[in-house]
Formats: sequence, C-alpha cells, structure tokens
Amino acid sequence: MDIPAFEAIQTRRRFFRHCAGGLDTAALAYLLGGLRPAAGAGLDSGNPLAPKPGHFAPTATNVIFLFMAGAPSQIDLYDPKPALRRWHGEPLPASMTRDLRLAFVKPSAKILASPRKFRPHGQSGTEFSDYIPHIASRADDICLVRSMHTEAFNHHPGQSLLMSGSVQLGRPTVGAWVSYGLGSESEDLPAFVVLNSGRGSSGGSSNWSNGFLDSTYQGVVFRNTGEPILFLRNPPGVSDRTQRARLDAIGALNRERYVATGDTEIASRIQSYELAFRMQAAAPDLLDFSGETQATLDMYGIGKEPTHPYGTNCLLARRMVEKGVRFVMLSHASWDDHQEIDRKLGRNCAITDQPAGALLKDLKQRGLLDTTLVVWAGEFGRTPLGQLERVDEAAGRDHHADCFSAWMAGGGVQGGQVIGQTDELGLGIAESPVHVHDLQATVLHCLGLDHERLTYRHMGRDFRLTDVAGSVVRRALT
Amino acid sequence: MRTRHHALRSVALILGTLTVSAQVPGPRAAPADPVDFASKIAPIIESRCVMCHGPTQQMSGLRLDTGAAALRGGYSGPVIVPGDSGASRLVRLVSGEEGDLVMPPAGERLQHDEVGLLRRWIDQGAKWPRSAGETSAHGTPKAVVDHWAFRPVRRPAVPDVEGRAWIRNPIDRFILARLEIEGVAPAREASPSTLARRVSLDLTGLPPSPDEVAAFLSDPGDQAYEGLVDRLLQSRHYGERWAMQWLDLARYADTDGYEKDTERPYAWRWRQWVVEALNRDMPFDRFTVEQIAGDALPGATVEQRVATGFHRNGLKNREGGVKVEQFRFEETVDRANTVGTVWLGLTVGCAQCHDHKYDPISQRDYYRLFAFMNAMDEAEIAAPLPGEAGPYLKALPGYLERRRELLEQNRVYELQPAWEARMVEAADHPGKWTDWDHALDAVQKYMDNGEAIVRKPAESRTDRERTKLEDHFVKNYHRVISKEFWKELDWVSLRKELLRLRAETPDITYARAVAHASPARPTHIHLRGTWNAPGVPVEPGTPSWLPPLQQEGRHPRVALAEWLVSADNPLTARVTVNRIWHEYFGRGIVPTADDFGTRSPGPSHPELLDWLASEFMEGGWSLKQLHKTIVMSAAYRQSSASRPDLRERDPENILLARQRRLRLSAEVIRDSALVASGLLNPAVGGPSVRPPQPEGVADLAYAGSVKWNESHGKDRYRRGLYTFFQRTVPHPQLVNFDMPDRTASRCTRERSNTPLQALNLLNDATFVEAARALALRVLASTGGDFESSIGNAFRLSLGRPPTGSEVRHLRSYFDQQKAIFDAEPGAAGQFMPLAAAGLEPSQAAAWTGVASVLMNLDEFITRE
Repeated sequence: MDIPAFEAIQTRRRFFRHCAGGLDTAALAYLLGGLRPAAGAGLDSGNPLAPKPGHFAPTATNVIFLFMAGAPSQIDLYDPKPALRRWHGEPLPASMTRDLRLAFVKPSAKILASPRKFRPHGQSGTEFSDYIPHIASRADDICLVRSMHTEAFNHHPGQSLLMSGSVQLGRPTVGAWVSYGLGSESEDLPAFVVLNSGRGSSGGSSNWSNGFLDSTYQGVVFRNTGEPILFLRNPPGVSDRTQRARLDAIGALNRERYVATGDTEIASRIQSYELAFRMQAAAPDLLDFSGETQATLDMYGIGKEPTHPYGTNCLLARRMVEKGVRFVMLSHASWDDHQEIDRKLGRNCAITDQPAGALLKDLKQRGLLDTTLVVWAGEFGRTPLGQLERVDEAAGRDHHADCFSAWMAGGGVQGGQVIGQTDELGLGIAESPVHVHDLQATVLHCLGLDHERLTYRHMGRDFRLTDVAGSVVRRALT
Repeated sequence: MRTRHHALRSVALILGTLTVSAQVPGPRAAPADPVDFASKIAPIIESRCVMCHGPTQQMSGLRLDTGAAALRGGYSGPVIVPGDSGASRLVRLVSGEEGDLVMPPAGERLQHDEVGLLRRWIDQGAKWPRSAGETSAHGTPKAVVDHWAFRPVRRPAVPDVEGRAWIRNPIDRFILARLEIEGVAPAREASPSTLARRVSLDLTGLPPSPDEVAAFLSDPGDQAYEGLVDRLLQSRHYGERWAMQWLDLARYADTDGYEKDTERPYAWRWRQWVVEALNRDMPFDRFTVEQIAGDALPGATVEQRVATGFHRNGLKNREGGVKVEQFRFEETVDRANTVGTVWLGLTVGCAQCHDHKYDPISQRDYYRLFAFMNAMDEAEIAAPLPGEAGPYLKALPGYLERRRELLEQNRVYELQPAWEARMVEAADHPGKWTDWDHALDAVQKYMDNGEAIVRKPAESRTDRERTKLEDHFVKNYHRVISKEFWKELDWVSLRKELLRLRAETPDITYARAVAHASPARPTHIHLRGTWNAPGVPVEPGTPSWLPPLQQEGRHPRVALAEWLVSADNPLTARVTVNRIWHEYFGRGIVPTADDFGTRSPGPSHPELLDWLASEFMEGGWSLKQLHKTIVMSAAYRQSSASRPDLRERDPENILLARQRRLRLSAEVIRDSALVASGLLNPAVGGPSVRPPQPEGVADLAYAGSVKWNESHGKDRYRRGLYTFFQRTVPHPQLVNFDMPDRTASRCTRERSNTPLQALNLLNDATFVEAARALALRVLASTGGDFESSIGNAFRLSLGRPPTGSEVRHLRSYFDQQKAIFDAEPGAAGQFMPLAAAGLEPSQAAAWTGVASVLMNLDEFITRE
C-alpha cells in the first residue's frame, strides 16, 4: 500500500475516534500536508495492528488473563477433597505412585489434607475455599474447570505451554496471537499489555513474547508506579511542547525522505512516532485514578496493604479494556509453595483475592463483563501429597501436572458451573479432562477465532497457538 | 488398613491410567490347521494396515506390505514374533490390549475371528511367501527426492545478455538475463555517499567516517570502490558484524535461560573465537569442522576445542526437580535441530516425533543425526588468552597451598568423603532420604557434570573438578546437616575467604566445550519424540538419499562435519550463500532461508544460487571472497529508491531491479549512535558488558535472581554485539529492535516498526547521551555557525550533506527550540548539562535537539 492510502485510513479512523478534538489535530494536518488520500483503500493493509475481523462473530472483544505464576494449589482453593482427611499423614501405596511424574516428592511422601474450609456459594452452589471469599462471591459468573491438565511439570516449560502452546521456547504467546489475529482497537495504547506483581515469574519475558511473529505483537510491559512504559517519559528538560516540536521536525525530515525514496516503511515510521506520542499522553492518564470513586478504589483494595499493588493492576486492567486494549495479562508470582503452603497461600490470597473479585464485580456493573473474558490460571497444580514427608504447618506441595483448576468468566462463558471432576484423592482426572490447549482454543473461540485457522507460516510449517491439538470446551459457552 | 486399601483401589479404578489391562489369551487353534497367508492374512493387512504402513507411508517406521519389512518391525521394535502370538505386539494392538492405542486407529476394527486368524498364523511361524517385486529397502523416502535443493550443485554457464554496459561481474548477468526477459531495466547506481554508507554498514556494521566518505566522493570510481571494499573487509569490525548473524544461528546468550537463568561466565570466549575466525577469513569448511568437531580432530588445539562451544549455546534448565536425563535429551534435540537448520537448511526437528510430513526425513534419519550429538559430553577447558597463563602459573602453587590450608583448618577434607559417598548412595536410591535427594539435585543442576564428578574417584578428578566440587560442598553442605552444626562450622566465613583468595589470584579464561561421551552412550529412536520412550537402536548416520557419509578412520562427529562441507553435499553451500545474500538484499534468492525443503517456494534465480554456491566452494569456501563478489556487483550497487513502475509488478523486489532499504539491526542501531556521537569504544573481543538500562527491567526475572550490575567507564560504550544477553530479561533496546530471543537457531531477523522503537530512540538515556555528545562534537569543530554545523552533523550521522529544505526545516526547529528553552528556565540545563564553549545553555540544548532529531530519522536507522 502506498502512503496516501495508508494515511487516508489513519485519517478516517482518527476522525471517527477523535472528532471531539484530539490533542494533536494540528500535528496531523501537518503530517498529512500535501498528501492526497487515495480512494478505495482497504482497512486491513499496511498497519499490522489495524483491526481485523475474526473467523466468526465473537462473544468477547477483550481478554484479561489473571496468570498465577508458580502454580497455586487447587486442593486448597478450588477442588475440595474431604477424602484426604481420612488418610492424612499416610503414604500412598507404591502401585499408585508408580506412574506419577513428580519434581521433588519421592514415593515415600505422605498425603496432606487441606486445612481450608470449603462451602458452596451463589445460586449455583459452587464450592470455594475460605481463602478466596471475594472470588467465591462471584460464583455465579465463574465457570470453574476442575479438570485442567498439562504435560509440563517444571515451571518454565509449564508456563511456556500455557502461554504459547508449546514447552519449546520461542513460540508466540496467546496475547501475541490475539493481537496478530484481531489487531488493536486502541489508537493510543498497545494491543497487548502486561502487568506484573510479586516476584518475577519463571518464564520472564517469554510469557509475553511475540516468538517468531513481528515484534509489533509482543506484550508491552506496563509498570504500575512511576513510568508506566519503558522510555515513556520525555528526557530531562524536555516539556511536551519541546517533544512535540522534536516530533514535528523528525516527521518533516522523514516525509522528505519518503518523497525521495518512496519507501512506505517511512510512512509506517511516521505513524509509529505519532502513536508513540499519543501513548505518552494516554498511558500516564491510565494511572491517574482521580476520576474513580472512593468506593471503587476501596473495592479493589487500593491504598491498603497487602492489596494495593495487585488491586492497582486489576483496576488498570479494567481501564485498559475501556480504552480498547485487546489483551491484558496480569502476572502474579509466585505460588510455588513447596514449604509452609498454608501460610504462603494465605498471603497470596490476601494479596489477590479481593482485587480479582472486585474486577469481576466492577466489569459486571459497567456492562463490560459481557464482552470481556476473564481467565484465572496457573501453569499446573499441586500434589495432594506433602513434600519433605511432613504434614504439619511446614509442609508444602509439589508440582502436579495431572490435574489442576482454572476458571473463566464473562465474554460469552456460562457462569455458575463446574466443569470436570478429579478423583477422590485429587491425583488424576475422573471426568471431562480439559488440557491447556483446550483452554487456549476456548479463549480464541470466544474472540471469534478458530484455533485451527489462526496460523503463521514459519520454518516451512503453519504454526498455531494450540500446536497440533486442542478443542473448544463447548460446555463452557453460553 | 483393609478399608483404606479397598478405597484406594476404588480410586485406582476410577483412574483408568492406573489399571493394568489383563492379558486375555486368544483361543489357540490346533497347529494342524494351517492358515493360508494369501487368502486369509493378506486381505486383512491390505484392507486395514497398508494405507499407513505400506509403500507410500510407513508410520512409526513400520511397513507391512512385505514380509522382510514386516518381520523387521518399526521404531519400537519387532511387532511379529513368529511362533508366539502372545509376544507379538501386532496382535495386542489390533485386539485392543495395548492401553489407549488400538489399530487401526480409525475405520473398521478387526473382527474377533480375524484376530484369531492372525494369532494362529503367527503361532504357526508367520510364514510370509516372498512376493514378486519385493524390495528390501527400509525407510525409503516417501517424498520425491528429485527436489531442486537435493540435486548436486552444478556450476551453470553464465548467461549472455544485451546490456553489457551494466555488468560488473557474473552475478549481474544472472540478474539481467531475467530482467531482460521481463523487459525491465535495472535501477541506476546509488549515489556515492549512499554507497559508501551502505557497504560500510553491510561489511562492518558501522557507518563510515566522514573522511572515508569524503575520500570516496572525491574519486567515486570503480577502483576506489574496490579499495573501500577491501579496506572494510580488512577491518577488525568485519568479524564483529558477521558474527552477529552467526550468533543468531548459534542461539548465543550469556545466560542459561529458564527460571534460574544463571550467568555463563565464559560464553563470550566462543564468541571471541567466531570474531577472530571471521576476521582471519577461516574458510567456511574449516569453520564448520572446528565448531562441530574441533575437539575430535587429531591433536586438537585449545582454539579448536573452544570452537565446539557452538554446541554449548543452547538453553539449560537448572530448575529444581527437572529430570537430568530428560533435559539432556532436550538439549541433544536442540543440537541436532540446530545443525539441521544452520547447515542443511532443513526443518529436521519435525522428525523428532514422526517422519517429516513434507521432506524425505524419516524419524530414523532424525535419530541417526541425533546420535552424533548424543555421543557428546559437556566439558570445560582452560582457554587462556595471551598474557594470562604466565601470571596464573606463577601464582598457582601459592594459591593452591593457601587454599589447602583453609580447607584443612575448616575440616573440609575430613567431612567431604562421607558426604560424597552418601551422595552416590542417594543417587542410586532415590527416595531413601529426602534431604539428600535435594542435595543431589543441587549437585546435578548447579555443577555441570556434577554427578559424574562426584562419582569419579578423587584421584582421577582434574584440579578444576576438584576445586569446583570442594566449592560446591562448602556452599551446599548445609542442606544435609543440622542448623547447629552448620553454625558451628561457620563455612559462610570460609566461603568468603575462598572467594577473596580467588579474586586476588591471577586467573585464566576458561571455555565451554564438548568432548566425546565416555562411557559411550547408545542412541535409540525415541517413540513419539519422548525422552523416556526408546525404540529400536540406531547408529550415527546421515539421510540415505544424500551423498554417503565417509566414516572410516574418522571420529563420527568429524565425519559428519566433513560430510556437511563435502563438495557433493547439495545443501550447505547453497544454504550459506543464500543466507548471506539475504542480508544484502533483505530477501534470499530462496525466500525461506531456514527451509530448503519441499515446502519452500524455491529460488527466484536458481542458476545464480548455484553459481554462487559453486563459486564459494571452488574459491576455497572464503567468506570474504563471497562478500566481495556480492558487494562488487552492479546489482548490489543499485539505488534502493522504490520504483513506481514496479510497485504493482514486483512489490517484493524479487527481480532485483533495485536495491532495498533495510532497517538496521538492534545492535547496529546502537553502534551507529555511538559512532555518530564519537562515544564508541571500538575494542574488539572480551567479556560481555552491561550498558545502562532502565531501572526495574531486571526485576521481571524470576525471584529477583538477575542483577544488572551496570558497567563503568568505557565499557558503557561497547558495540551492541557485546551487550550481555540475559535470556529471561534481555536488554530492552535489543528487544525493541527485533533481536531474536536466542532460544533456538534463527536464520533471519524480523524488521518491525513500532511505537516502542520511537520511544526508545526519543527518550532512552543512552540515545539522549549520544545526542548530547554529537551536539558537542559538532559545535567543537564548527564553533556554532549554523550552516556548517548542520552540514557537519549530517555528515557525522547520515554520511551526506543536507538538502536546502532540510536545512530550512532544522533552522526553524532550532529557533523554535531555543525560544522554548529560553522560556522554560532550567530546562536547557537539564536537557544539555554539558557546557559547550561560548554558547548559551539554550543554544546548546537546541543543538542537542537537532542531534536527537537526526538520530531519530528513519534514514539514520536504515541502510539505504
């Protein structure tokens, strides 16, 4: 596509979005000075983030992925196993442990019952642990999957499988796939944003990598204090006025070069600089909560420990969705409780439960939950066996890939239901297994994308998020 | 007890996977009732098996349409045991006795009586009459081997063309021949200043100095151009520039990756080898052999062993609980795939789990290639740089003596033998003592070859192995003793003392290398690509449809390397010249630089590809000669301006009727800013450095395990090639400009165009610092006269003078900036804290703004 067509599209889009007077209308006129728009240009060419239609009508336009890095214990949060009480402290017979793949636990490990209390919530009566009352209060919005499973049982490979569909590093992650498939609805923010809290995750940046896709699709890390995006703030001594003048000078010279070379890459470069400038204005606004009511801030636990950091991220996620950010990932680490699991789990729940519950409630109140899919998941689960052969308060649980819990809410997912069942010891799945590839297929499905058709040719092969597997969990959908 | 076990059994029944299916023996018929193969058995096999296990496809390596092949079995071993149907997997598979796996997996299952016939036929000896036309070929490639990339390289005749005036070397004849057929004329030659900047960036990754450009402008003839090319090829920076491509292919990084992402202190030693080898123009065949098998060459030198660090650049998972053998398998897979990508240009990795879907690479072929890498152990070697060995050897006796005293006084020698013995016992009896299991895990993960070293008798350990084990012991003994005893030993102080002693003793550089595996490690086909599902054994070898491997009298890995670069190998030279061509034109002659298989669209100029490949081989595999041939061509020297006449017809520039503007790589963008500003530290080689990056970037790594200890002084201004590559949280400037994540071999880079790149160049302290330095540099030489300063700034940053219109734009920008800075007290001093002689702060700040504008231009980060 040539530059006039490209700019015509941008102009049209901007006109509809910013007709109430964008901050840089004058700059735009300057940018476009002397360049005439061409007729009949398609919307989907040129800009890799231009909005694209999916394969079919979506039920969700945005995703908020609450990633619980390190693998939270389903047995203490979502999947009550009262039977464990009867054998608490006893080892399993060798015949049952023979086929278990475990990272640290040895065959002599003992059964560790959960000290948590479970009770039914909402009309649906789904059982949740007393560590997560706020999430539990949204029981009727939540589709809880108790029969998740995966292959990887070490953190980085597990996170890689959950995020990119493969234990092999270097593949694009789900947020990148979605940005690639659907483009961006936001004029001044990235399509895929990542917010981190707690200590870093095992996967680090590979959890939001664009893999072999264009780096346009990579997750942009926002920080919840100070400068929200790297290099967002003007250099010292540079006011917005100075920055604008700098951009105009760059634009003017770039336009001359475009005329001299005819390279449309320069047109994209000019657009990138303009988007960068808009991001500079819009991103700090996201962090300005002065327009939120005190009740909202309190609901998220903002301004209060230990909920403040995660609450801030949850509220930011809602605000980003309102601004059209396609995919927001909130990564919280780490739930890897090999020791003292009850105390540490309590701490992480105290940090995350209230904000996550508030997010669902807030989205629902604003009518955003209808089109926003919220996913809560870790990379795998934890064993019903205690680690270190102890079953007291020092006990922890090992990695467990054979079964774990995750949930979805909103965006076309039918709340108030439980999918799948584990066996009475929580060692394996008894009914309706859901693999992480199935979860990925379902997320894409809600967004109007067929996971088998969302492909990218690389190294001679068409790659997809779900690798060579996955099927949509139909029961989860309305 | 009884109740509990009963309950557990009921659970076990719920879990289908834990139940063991009973062996149900079929009804045995009297031996006197012979089953006729042709009328009874052949139809079953024909209708149910041959589609997937016949002449066109042999899934899991199994072929059932000929007797010999059927009795040989597949990747998991024989499936028919003549005379024993109970032991024949074929029977279990068709009768549903193999767990989840039932054959045929789709379509009509075998009837009960058909299974009975099979059983009887096998029990009677599985007699398979030899049929006409039967071949004994095993694993005959299913795809057509007559694919362009698999045919031998033949030097083509150089075509005749009309437009001889344009021709500068044979490359141009191939390009022009096609253009003349299409009726398209090539583009004019690029301007001398563009050409000088282009060839300098392409050959050294650095923009030319204004003097170099001026010299070329004064005499832009062919000879002067050739002189410039020769000088650039002789530059020490040539090796750095082309090492960047090789490092992507070799998935180089300074850390292990995965959760722990531990530093590899000597990874750079291999990088240095690459830069030096390229600068010496080591022939590519030698370059190949030394990296793949330098350790196995007769009388291998230290440098040849350093070269094998190529195999050590992959990821390493030291996460607790990772199975050592599983990860070793995954590393070996990565090594095999890397060789497949880099030299063969084939996606061999597809055949890890099954026969390749498109290319004639069977799973057997894959594990034969894998076997070369499987017979390899990791090794660490002393690889001192010049000047290191003398002081080290002098200090060594004193150091070892002092160390011995410290260890002696602190009871290390007394306690270590029992710890070692127990460690070996723990390794042999997992689960016996949990504490020791964890301690063993630490030995396996934190020390390369840790378990092997512990198992070695003390007297056969090398000095380095001994000290490493002692250090590990001192650091980790707490894992298996009481808190009280640990406190009593006070080895925290001992450790500090040992580290201090080490730090003050001169040391040498080590290198990460490989060695032949000892004891030998057999290789099997891994069923479904799974590490713990070995099938039939295989020997090292290469695909049968490629020229034969000459193995006799050679170490297997040497044989492999020599096979890769043998004159009859159709792939290596083609793949290599194509990858280099890609760097110069933004597109390979074969557009899929990483896939020369049957799914590749194929070469746009097949004869040119073969001419370059044969020229490369006949020229003794000289890379410098190859580079020179390409950059001397008229095709390379064309203008990169887009051509409206070809916009519709050849949007991807396949015909090469022009050059192409290419955005610079992440490292070269950094280098260009440092060169323009005069800040670059041009030192070549040495350890990686950590230039500044924004606070908080490293915090995203796992559990705060990564510390970005910023480099000081001149180390802040090294080339991007030397920026420490931390896999889980790479330097953001590298990430923003499409540096690959270095998890697997990569042939080419993406060239994205994002707002984050704009923010990076506009606001990153590194680029602001460069803008200040460029402003000072310009002002120091021109004293503030606007016209001459602007001219100077253009020459330093873009290698050309400005146009009149550009000067006018910048003049008005400068005036506007100065007015703003005059109106915003203090701002000028913040933006430009460095004093420029004889200038007001607002002028100096406005000049910094001008410098920053130039370094943000698309042209600045583009090779035109």
